[in-house]
Amino acid sequence: MSLVREESSTLGAASPAEYAAGPEEFFSLLKPRVMSLVVLTALAGMLVAPASVHPVVGFAALLAISIGAGAAGALNMWWDCDIDALMARTRLRAVPSGLIAPGEALYFGLTLSLLAVLTLATVANFLAGALLAFTIFFYVVIYTMWLKRLTPQNIVIGGAAGALPPVVGCAAVSGSVSLDSLLLFAIIFMWTPPHFWALALVKSRDYERAGVPMMPNAKGPSRTRLEILIYSLLLAPLGVAPWLTGMAGRLYGAASIVSGAMLLALAVQVYRNRDGSDANKAAMRLFWFTILYLFVLFGFLVVERGFGLFERWGL
Amino acid sequence: MDQPRRSDIALTEGQLRNRRRRNLAIGLAVGFVAILFYVITIVKVGPGVFQPMR
Repeated sequence: MSLVREESSTLGAASPAEYAAGPEEFFSLLKPRVMSLVVLTALAGMLVAPASVHPVVGFAALLAISIGAGAAGALNMWWDCDIDALMARTRLRAVPSGLIAPGEALYFGLTLSLLAVLTLATVANFLAGALLAFTIFFYVVIYTMWLKRLTPQNIVIGGAAGALPPVVGCAAVSGSVSLDSLLLFAIIFMWTPPHFWALALVKSRDYERAGVPMMPNAKGPSRTRLEILIYSLLLAPLGVAPWLTGMAGRLYGAASIVSGAMLLALAVQVYRNRDGSDANKAAMRLFWFTILYLFVLFGFLVVERGFGLFERWGL
Repeated sequence: MDQPRRSDIALTEGQLRNRRRRNLAIGLAVGFVAILFYVITIVKVGPGVFQPMR
């Protein structure tokens, strides 16, 4: 594994790209849509923690976690700018399109990572800061730099980074890691493969051109469809588990059962539709639904716990 | 070949505008963080921080 890039020679040079970008391009480096999921999942982790904090401290901790996740995204875009330029889905990102120089993305990501970790450690506690630092390290070094271009299991193992925000949130509030937060971790961990592989089924040529061994272009679409189905079969009951363990109430239970059944139905469609435009449509439907599914699960959890419905209604 | 010095680079109007906007965004972010840390300090230490020491 080489952690030193050849393009690092550009870091010291002033290129026209260094002056072109506005604040919105820098904000796009943080992957705002991913950040919104991180905010929701980390908030859920904070709300299921066996303790509570002052709202201002909670807000600052949530802000630090989301900025840390965004900083990891910026570092990902710095490292992956060569393959991002080769894929239709990512070639318009700020770095490959030349609006932001790779060095700028690197410094931006490093600065925000440091600020986010120090802020969380100061505002909340050392464990939360350390967990956030580990999350960023895992996403940038283990996933982006090492696994992504090495193995089709890249997003399975790398998914741990995306699954950690509830654990970090719980640690920020309680100073410990609870079983409830680990259950939320497991849900996101199991959610990651069907989510990314559904997209990869449609974009497999993109990934192949960039040399990224995603499951469809490394092991074939049939194996991918089977694994999507297996992970969905594991995910759907796992999504209901917070209700069964008493972490969430009946509102969540009903939402997780209905959305889990829909997820399974869509995964079966992906498994059965193997050719032509129907296959792509089924895969994209599953991809978009997985996003909705995660929002539904964590959204209901946040609503129940955050607005006191869990206690007030005896849910 | 020598790299051009930053002072030798003539920025376009759009680049200058973006630089001003970037500076404004950084300023606002720093101000926000300063206020946030001030409020957090008050929350954590409590209003007693304003009491004179005996």
